[in-house]
Formats: sequence, structure tokens, C-alpha cells
Amino acid sequence: MFLNRYKTFKRLSLVTALFLSFFAHFYASAEDAKAAIGDPAKGKELFDNNCASCHNVHKVMVGPALKGILERRKIEWIIPWVKNPAKVIASGDPYAKKLAADFQSAGVMTGFGALKDDDIKNIMAYVKEEETKTPDNGGGGGTTPKVEVKQDTTFVNWVLGGFIVVLLAMLVALLSVMSILRKYIAQNAASLAEEDKYILEDKTDWKTITSSTGFRFTVAFLVIGLIGKTTLDSLVSIGMQQGYAPEQPIPFSHKLHAGKYKIDCNYCHTGVRIGKHANIPSSNICMNCHSQIKKDSPKLEKVRTAYKTGKPIEWVRVHNLPDLAYFNHSQHVKVAGLECQKCHGPVQEMEVIQQYAPLTMGWCINCHRETVVKAEGNKYYDNLLKLHNQVSSDPMKVKDIGGLECSKCHY
Amino acid sequence: MSGSSKKYWKGIEELENHPEFVKNANKEFQEYLPILNKNEETGATHRRDFLKILGFGVAAVSLAACEAPVKKAIPYAIKPEEVDPGIANWYASTFVDGADYVSVLVKTREGRPIKIEGNKFSSVTKGATSVKAQGSVLSLYDENRLRKPQKQGKDTDWKSVDADLIAALNEASSKGGKIRLVTPSIASPSTQAVINEFVGKYNAKHIVYDSISYAGIVKANQKSFGKAAIPSYDFSKASVIVSIGADFLSTWLMSGQYAKQYAATRKLNKKNKVMSRHYQFETTLSLTGANADFRTPVKPSQLGLVATTLYKLLGGNIDAPSLELPSLKKAAAELLENKGKSLVVSGSNDPEVQVVVNAINAALGNYGTTIDLNATNNLIQGNDSDFNAFVDELKAGEIEAALFYDVNPVYNNSRSADIKEGIKKTPLTVAFAYSKDETSSEVKYILAENHYLENWNDYQPIDGFYSIQQPTITNIFDTRQFQETLLTLVGKEPDYYAYIRENWSTTLFGKQSTYLTFDDFWNRSVHNGVFEVAGASIGGSFDFVGDVAAASAAIASTYKIKSDKVELAIYVKAGLGDGSQANNPWLQELPDPITKATWDNYITIAPSDAKKLGITNVQGNTVYGNLKVGSKTAKLPILIQPGQALGTYGIALGYGRTVAGKVAMERNEKRGVGINAFEFTSLVNGTVSYSVAEVVLEKTDELRQIAHTQIHQTIMGRNIVQDTTLEKYKKIENVREHDENYQKTIVTSEGVQKAGELSLWSRADWKSKYNNHFWGMVIDLNSCIGCSACVVSCNSENNVPVVGRDEVSNARDMHWLRIDRYYSSIEDGKAHEDRDKKLMEEPADNPQVVFQPMMCQHCNNAPCETVCPVLATTHSSEGLNQMTYNRCVGTRYCANNCPYKVRRFNWFAYVENENFDYNMNNSLGKMVLNPDVTVRARGVMEKCSMCVQRIQEGKLAAKRESRRPVDGEIETACSQSCPTEAITFGDMNDPESRISKLIEEEKEGRMFQVLEEINTRPSLYYLSKVRNI
Repeated sequence: MFLNRYKTFKRLSLVTALFLSFFAHFYASAEDAKAAIGDPAKGKELFDNNCASCHNVHKVMVGPALKGILERRKIEWIIPWVKNPAKVIASGDPYAKKLAADFQSAGVMTGFGALKDDDIKNIMAYVKEEETKTPDNGGGGGTTPKVEVKQDTTFVNWVLGGFIVVLLAMLVALLSVMSILRKYIAQNAASLAEEDKYILEDKTDWKTITSSTGFRFTVAFLVIGLIGKTTLDSLVSIGMQQGYAPEQPIPFSHKLHAGKYKIDCNYCHTGVRIGKHANIPSSNICMNCHSQIKKDSPKLEKVRTAYKTGKPIEWVRVHNLPDLAYFNHSQHVKVAGLECQKCHGPVQEMEVIQQYAPLTMGWCINCHRETVVKAEGNKYYDNLLKLHNQVSSDPMKVKDIGGLECSKCHY
Repeated sequence: MSGSSKKYWKGIEELENHPEFVKNANKEFQEYLPILNKNEETGATHRRDFLKILGFGVAAVSLAACEAPVKKAIPYAIKPEEVDPGIANWYASTFVDGADYVSVLVKTREGRPIKIEGNKFSSVTKGATSVKAQGSVLSLYDENRLRKPQKQGKDTDWKSVDADLIAALNEASSKGGKIRLVTPSIASPSTQAVINEFVGKYNAKHIVYDSISYAGIVKANQKSFGKAAIPSYDFSKASVIVSIGADFLSTWLMSGQYAKQYAATRKLNKKNKVMSRHYQFETTLSLTGANADFRTPVKPSQLGLVATTLYKLLGGNIDAPSLELPSLKKAAAELLENKGKSLVVSGSNDPEVQVVVNAINAALGNYGTTIDLNATNNLIQGNDSDFNAFVDELKAGEIEAALFYDVNPVYNNSRSADIKEGIKKTPLTVAFAYSKDETSSEVKYILAENHYLENWNDYQPIDGFYSIQQPTITNIFDTRQFQETLLTLVGKEPDYYAYIRENWSTTLFGKQSTYLTFDDFWNRSVHNGVFEVAGASIGGSFDFVGDVAAASAAIASTYKIKSDKVELAIYVKAGLGDGSQANNPWLQELPDPITKATWDNYITIAPSDAKKLGITNVQGNTVYGNLKVGSKTAKLPILIQPGQALGTYGIALGYGRTVAGKVAMERNEKRGVGINAFEFTSLVNGTVSYSVAEVVLEKTDELRQIAHTQIHQTIMGRNIVQDTTLEKYKKIENVREHDENYQKTIVTSEGVQKAGELSLWSRADWKSKYNNHFWGMVIDLNSCIGCSACVVSCNSENNVPVVGRDEVSNARDMHWLRIDRYYSSIEDGKAHEDRDKKLMEEPADNPQVVFQPMMCQHCNNAPCETVCPVLATTHSSEGLNQMTYNRCVGTRYCANNCPYKVRRFNWFAYVENENFDYNMNNSLGKMVLNPDVTVRARGVMEKCSMCVQRIQEGKLAAKRESRRPVDGEIETACSQSCPTEAITFGDMNDPESRISKLIEEEKEGRMFQVLEEINTRPSLYYLSKVRNI
């Protein structure tokens, strides 16, 4: 009798373990569940023909920016919405109603009943692919505010987590029952039938498991994955994130201000010629102009609030030099006379600011190796230049006057 | 001195070559890493531990990997016009703590004060700073400061406090109750005016209480000249200085100012071989005694007789027994030769002794030259008997309302218990306090006080010299300054700034003629931090009308030629002072200039006495002793102090706090670091006495390790310091060549060679690679008095972490700059001929002392650079030895190879680490960090960078303005803070710089380099100490 029970429990615990691993996998990959939804190439064509007049992936135009839509909404919701938005709103769906309210001025989105389900999936695949790219610089900004609606995924996570906990508890309980039963069986080993004796010898063969290719592959995969992830994150933490163009709290366009209106960088970045920091302009600098120009623009609401309340705007930092590196803007801009674009790229063409240079030590050093010191007209360098010219016919470069030394940047 | 070689030693164990000392002497790092000792046998990491750590690491990494960090950049909402992020703003202000007055410049970054420097506009302090002033910026960010006013221990708000207090004070005053306001001496004219208004409105009485009493001098001046005040002294005009127990270079009155004046009399060069001569008679070895040319240890019971004997030797006709001290006779003879150019001061708080000292100075004609009684010192006005009368009233329960501002008598008065009892009997008790202390925790209302860096105030430290305190940060917490509270209580507008301005426009504006409008005058005064009335120092002699005969009779009856009793001297320490900054970890960890002990209070004892008791101090290991003082017992570790008078013990004030912040309490709930020695002071004839005539010390078996740094970096028998005598110096040019200990040659396989010519490298033209700047430093050991202001300054500038007592015991202190204190004695054990022979039985009983600031020497043949496997330490083209933290992997080869032992290893993460719960472990304390200097991580080496951040900043400023840096524009933290200008920093490639001129002048004079014979070619030069003997 105990024997039968033991067998049942064993089967049960195996099933539990299976479920557990399944849920754990699902839990872990909940974020990635929407991968490979369709063909992005086909989607691009459809998007350009049908959607682009009102939507952009990164920016709010007439309609909301589509970036992250698959995280906000399920495809099962998106398909009926695209086909007939009015119907979804009429059905009383809260999200749809909120969307309609937020974009009231634009009116309800046109339905695209002609699109097939697969077409919509392809569009979504294109949107998803586009999300990871940096925004293109074309097109002006719309005027409608962006809705910040994001479905709360934490609930799902909690449910999944709960399942895992319950299953884990079950597994533990089952295993302990098994072990008790086995002990009992072992005590009465004499009464055991011959074909059931294997139970007593039934030991997990760890050696075989650990030496199996599958196990080794899994371990190697995990280790490599972890190392890769850590490396990437540490690169981010020391500023190695070339092309980083995060969404900013205010859709400030350098293209408009620096490109079209040719406002000098120094007008807003006041510290650039005198100090270490270039300075992100404080809201009173914005208000110098915007108390006259576009003074009611909804995009500038946050600036006006900051100006009124004294609570500053929290920008997302794009250029993250590590703390151990000392960089001084005035040395490079005022003394060396470098153009801002040398390191920051064609800012005047950027709709959204992005990190242009790699900002690695190799990049810094390389420039110091190649750049000729702007010594003429600066009395500080007079003697240095004289001494340099005595021994060399090459122009005096930064490296010739100690520009590669550690304590020039690290102290 | 010829024929016998001189031996320099840092501690007794080194002098005696104790086996434990010899064992550790060759090690750069004294101990193995204790974290490895878990596996007792092998010290290796266990396999299982490795797996555990691995597993944890994997888990931690995967958790941390969940989200890529998004950093925010937050600009000002509305940028203040004068603030530019990344650029420091400087404000002039004033630091006052007791008699320690410093006109300061406060460096602020992004609105946070981060560094204190001296203000050169002040002709009182002339840019000097003190240890306490340097440390004060950290107290601003004290985690334990009060954040709100409190009523009976509960947070409340100012409005209700004001209403309560006004009602209570009105009630008390209407029924004629006694209202008492206790404050320290008020040197601020505007504060005094506010107090007067308060006193007038509520019919209160203002009691002045100084925690360290100088009432004896005040009383004596009343008796001698009819003026109850402390005069100002000018040591710079004195050729002969005699100090009878006054530690005037470190803790006595305005020591910062005196140190500057004193050092001015001891600046030597080839053309000027004249210096002052300094005699010191004292009990414990003080910083001043350590600098004296002739130091004589005397017992506290003899001190009064030193004064009377000197008076007699000068021709005074009094009836008192004479002390037979040769140095006293010599001093008297020289004083007579230098009438009007001498100065006799005494640290005694006995008015009778001070009367005799006044008589001596009067007889020598020093009033009007070195002493100015017209320009009185307003920082100390306290009267011990007034306060004592107040305590009597308080104890009797006669007082209706007692208000304590910035005083802590429950801690620092001998009648602590009476005051505590009295406070309980008093209906209304109020304390204006910065943090909860022994007094404020007893009262009903605690009014959270501002830090001085948040205050407006004015000061008049010396008559005619005014100084402004201005806020450098808005109030961090809901605190309010005392003056504004008083203004509220008297029903006036609580705008103290307007009050000061009003006061200045009526009293001071008319005293100058430079500025036509008051606003101009005020703005200039605030900018400069000081306003000095032209011709303020009036001088003028005073007629001595005191009764010397009566005074000496009194002295004869209380002091003795010889006492068989063992006596106790209570002294003040440079770092902690009266203990009000005990919660400041920089000051707790600052090695005491003399004992080099940190984080501790101890009983000092003479080496001969220690031998009798069977006490040894090896590597700081000592035993506790029970010191019986009357009915009280103090249990403290015993520290052997060379130079301590035989038959005496010493204990420092400022320790043993019972209610204070966690640093002062050292995580102990009952009693903080050490024992409160204020308990052993007593009131004798109306003034506080800082000595006890009879004490008994019993040695216990309980062991204790005192965390001191003196033997951490041993000199391994090498000749590190050089000193000579003035007599010799007058005859010779090159001190180094005449130093018998100076090793000029080295024996090699190729025969005897000149030390400086040997090199691993063939770099005959090594200087030519520095074609831009060549930074260097010259330290004049004759000016360095060992005050340690530079050490705290360096900690503050360079984000040097505090490591705590245990780590200092492990020789892991992190100070980049240390001041080595060497004792020296003649090897054959014979006394120096000019010293008092009978006191010199033991070489350690009265040694000579040399101070030597020691930091990275920035060697041009650097031993550390050649051994670094990862090139983390390299040489710059400006002569700096660079340390790159992000490249360092922590092999510690460099430290092992450094002959100067100046490299410091980060054994732990000192930031955000609960085991090092000091300022770097809380967000408030971290505000003091210098944003231009990296906070070092665990496992990297660090050391003095010659303040490279300041060099870079200065160079950049010059480049922006298309010019070369001007000499003096770039200063290191240590050279800027030095009150005696002992440290000269500059560009050795600039022929016009002070350092180039100094090196040129002293090259064949007093200049030497440490361990010149090993040819490391440091960029640091030292100038020999010269003793005027």
C-alpha cells in the first residue's frame, strides 16, 4: 500500500516540478512573450501607407506615439481597435475611452476594416523593430499632449509569482512525504516484492546529470548570458552608450533652437566657457524667450510650472562620464577653442539629443594624440611652444604637453 | 654635542629597541588581513566560502541586471545669478569657539560649504587657521544636530515655543522672579546689544560662563591695573619669551594669532641669523613646550614659585622661597637684557600668580610693546565667581527662569550635579543648543540653534578689530539663531541682519572715511569679512598698582618648592578643546600633536614613573589605571609621555561626554570616548583650578590598546630629520654637510661613492623633461610648530575617510599628511649641557622634540612607480607622482617600496559602510565632500596628490586669461592653512616664485631632503630646525 502511495507521490511531484519550471519560464519570459509577432518589412509598407499621417513610433503626432504599444496593449485588443475604434469605445473599454478623451481634439481614430489580422500584426512587428532604433529627425512635433498610459504589468507578475510560490511549497511537501514513505518502505524491506526493490536503490545519479551535454550547455549559456548582461550594464554605467537618446520630459528640439534659430549654445549652456559643467539651462533661461514666444504652448507647461513653483525639471542625463574622470568644458571650449559639435555631433540637426561620441577613454586619448594645441595668442603656452619647436618640426599636440598623463583627468 | 651622535625616536619602544617594535619595524603593513583569519589554520579562503560568495555574486548580479540605470540631470529651477555649477564661491566669515578666533573664507560649491581657509584681510589672524576652524565645516553636517525646536523632548514649532516663552517670561518678570541668561563671553557688539534689550525688558541678569576659564588673568588685571580684561599680546615683538605653563601656540587664548607672531620671530636665512629664545616651564609636554628652546618640567605645585623666583631674579624684593632652576636664572638674565622686547605669560588660572607675572612684565617695560591692555581681548570675559553664585541660586531653587545659550555647564563644570539639581527646581529652563548635550537634555525647551555657517553675526575679538559672520548656506533644518529668538522674545522684528546693519551704521560707519555711503561701507566689510578701525592698536603703558608682596605671600603659602605628593595636571587638547566638537570625527581621529594618540583619553605619566609602576607601552598596548582624585576615580589607560614632570599625571579635557552624538559616544550609550576631566577641576579662591595636589594611581591588569599613530611609520634607524643649534648655524653655511648623522657616501662594489650620484637610471638631464611647470614644496621645520591644522585641512580638501579607533590601531589610518613627532636625545645618555642636569637622569624624561610634516615626496626617481605592475602610479611632466585609482588593482607593491611610508591603502569601503559610521555613511555628512576629488573605492592605494585638483584649476584659470599662473595663486590645502607659513608651495620652474628663491637661498644653507642618500630626488625640500640654545 505504501508502495503504491509512494509511486503516486513521485508522479505528482514530477508533474509539479514540470509545472513549476513552466511557470518559472513564463514568469521570466513574460516580457519577451510578444517576440516575433509578424514581418516588419511588410509592416513598414503598410504603416507608411495607412498610419504615418497620424502616427509616429517615437513622437506624439495627431495620435499617440506607438512606441511601447505592445507593452501597453495586447494584440487581441489592438486588432479590433484598428479595425473599428468606435466600436471598442462604445463597448465601454476603459482604456479606449481614456484614449478618446485624451485625444479629443484629434477626433476618434479612423477605422481600418480592410486590414487583415496578419496585416495588423505585421505593422506591430514594424513598430516593435522601430522602437529599438533612434528616432529619425524628420517631421515637426505635433501639438497634442502625449498620453502616458501604461498598463500595469505588475499584477500579472504577482499572480505568476504567487503560482511559483504555491508550486514550490507543494513540491517541498511532496518530496518530504516521499522521503518519509521511502524510509518506511526501507524499514520493511523484507516484505518488498523483487520488482519493486529498485525503489531502494533509486538514487538520483547526479554525476550523469552534471556530465550530460544538456546540463553543460545550460550552465554555459547562463554564465555567458550573465556575463554579457553585466558587461553591457557596466558599459552603460560608465557612459559607453553611444547613440543613447532617451525620451526627455519635454520634447525640446535642438534642431529648432540651435539649427533653425541659430541660438548660440552658450546662451543656454552658460557654464561652457567658464567652468567644468556646461549646465543644463534652468527654467528661467527658457522663460527669457518663452515668456514672449509660444507662451501658451502646452509643451512648455512643465517649464512654466518649474518657473512658478521652483521645482526643477528632471531631465534624463544623456552624457554619463564616470565619476572617476574629470572633464572640464572651459578647457576644451574656451582654451582649446573646440566646436561643441566635435564631441556632441550635429546637435543642430537633432530633434532629440543623443550621445554622439563614444565617450570612452580611448576616444579621449585619441583626440589628445591628434589634436594640435591652440597655442598661438595664449601666453600660457608661449614658452612651451618655443621649447617644443626647438626639438621638433611637428606642430605641438596635446600629447606633447602631458595630455596623456593620468592626473590630467583622474584625481 | 660633538663626539656623541644624536638619536631620534618616535616612541619609548623605539628608544629601547623593544623586541615587539623590532619585529614590526620592517613591515609596511603590520598585520595580516583579519578577514582571512576565519580559517584559523591556514588563513586561506575556504572552498565552501568561495562557492557561497560565487552563488551570492551570481544572484546579486542577476538582480541588479534587471534594469539599466537611468540617471537624472536636474538643473536649477531658477539659477541664482552668482552660482555656477562646478565653480566655487567664496564667502568671508568668522569662526569663534571660546578664545579660538579665526577670520575665515568659506568655499562653497553649489551652495554647500565644503572647506574653510584663513582670511588674509584680517590683520588679527592674517590668514592663519586652526585645527578646530578647519574641522568646523564638518560639524555643519552633523547627523546628530537638532532639526527642530523641542518642548520636553518632543518636536514642536517656533510659533508655539515663542508664545510659551513670552508668556512664561512675562509671568516670571511680573512677579519679580529671577531670570538668568547664561552665555559664553560675548565678543559680538550686536549680540551684546540684543542681550541688553532682553535683560532690560525682562529684568534679567546676564551671566558669562567660559568653559575653559581664564578668570585668573581677568582678576589679576583688575588688581594690577584696575582693568578687568585680557590684554592682547604681540609675540612678534618679543626676543625672549618665557611661558609659565601657557600653551600659547595651541590652546591658550588666541593661539592661532600667537603662533603666527611667534613663527615670525623664528624665520631664519643666511642674512638673518637672529631668532627669539623661548623658555617654557610646564607639567605636561604641550605643543608650546615641544617648540621651546629650553623646557623645564615643573609640578603644578611649583608653578607659582617659578613666577616669584623669576620676579626675585629680576631684582624684585619679595619674600618667597626660590626654586633652584638653572634655566630660570638664564631666562632672568636674558629678560633683563631685552627689556621691552620680551614677554612673560602664564597659563595659571590663579590670580596671585598672574599678578606676579603682570609685575614682571611691568618691570620689564613690556606693556605698550608686547602687551597691549588698551586693545583688550573680548573673546574671554568670564568670571568664575559670578557663575558660581548663579549655581548657588540655581541649586537653592531661587531662579524662575534659566536660559542657556551655547554653554554646557552640566558637562564642563565641576559643579555639574548641583546644576542638574537646580535645573529640575527651576520652573522655566531653556537651552539654545546645536545638538542634544548634557545641559540641553535636562531643560524644558531646547531651541535648535544654527551652525555658525548659517548665521549673520559680528565680532570684535580685539578692540578696534571687527569681523563679520555671514551665512554661507540657508538653514538646513528648522533652526533659528539665538539673536533672532531673543529679538522675538523682546517683541521686535526678528531680523538680526537688519539689526546688525543698523548697529553698524550708528556705531561704526562714522569711524571710517573711505566710504561715503553706508551701503558701500557695509558691502566692503562683508566682502572682506573684517573692518579695522584705523590706528586701532593704541598701545600705551599702564601703571602697575598691584600688591606683589601680598600676591607672593599667598603664593608662598600655597605653592611648594618640593612636594612628595603625586599631582594631577588637567590640560586642553588642540583637537577637542572643551569637547563641544567631540562629535566631529575629523577631530577625534586627528592624532594629538604630542602623543599622536587618536580617539582616546588617557593618563600621561613620565617614563621614570612608569618604570617604577612597571608600566610599558609597546605598540600602544598598555593597561588601565585607576586614578583616585579625592572621592572620585577615573579609570583610564596609561600613556607614557616623555617630558612629563616627574611625580605628576596629566588628563585632557573634552572627553567623557555622556549625552552627545554617536561619534562622541563611540556607539556606547552611557559614556563616550574617555573620562570627563572637568569633574576633577575645582573652584579655588574664586577661580577654577586645573590641577589637583594629591592623586593616587593604581595600575590594573586590564589591557588596552591606545590607537596611536606615532610608531606606525618607523624611521628604521635612518636619519630623517636634521636639527642644529643657532650657535652652530651662525658659524656654518651648510647645515646638512655639518650634520654628523648625514650619510654622504654609500659603499658599493665599485668603492665608496657619493650618494646622490648613484642611480638605476641614466638621467643626468632629469630636470629637463619638466618644461612647463615643476611643482615643489619647501617645509621649514623651524617654523612648523606641529599644530596639525594642515592635517585636518588635507582631510577636508581630499575627502580622506575616517577609519575609527580599531583601524587606527591596525595601522590603517588614511591621513595623506601626517606630522611626525620625533623626540631626540644624545646617544650616550648624557644630558645636554644647558639642560637642568638633575632632570636628565633618563633620556626620555625631557627630550627635545622635532615636528616633521610628512607626505608623498613626489620623488623624481620614485621607487613606487617602478614596482607598480599596472602603471597605476606614474610621473607627470610637471613633477607630480600621480596616483590613478581606477587603474590600481591593489597589489600594494608601491607602499612596500615607498621609503617614506606615505601610501595609504583602502582596506575597506569607507563610504556607505555601517562599520564606518562617520560622515561618509549618511547623506548629510556626504555634503562636505569635495566634488573635484574622487571618493576612493575599496582595494585601491591612495596618497598625497599635491592637491592636483587645485593645480589644474589654477592652470586653467591662467590659460583662460592667456597668462602664466601667478606665484601664490595656486596653493595646496596644507600650505594655505598653515598658520606659521612653514609650507611654501610653488612652481620651481618659475625663477620669480617664492619657492625658487627659497631653494636658491637655502641650497647651501638649511635645506635637506629626506633620505637624500637613496637618491629618490624628491620634489619636497625641508629646512633644518634650529634651536636657540
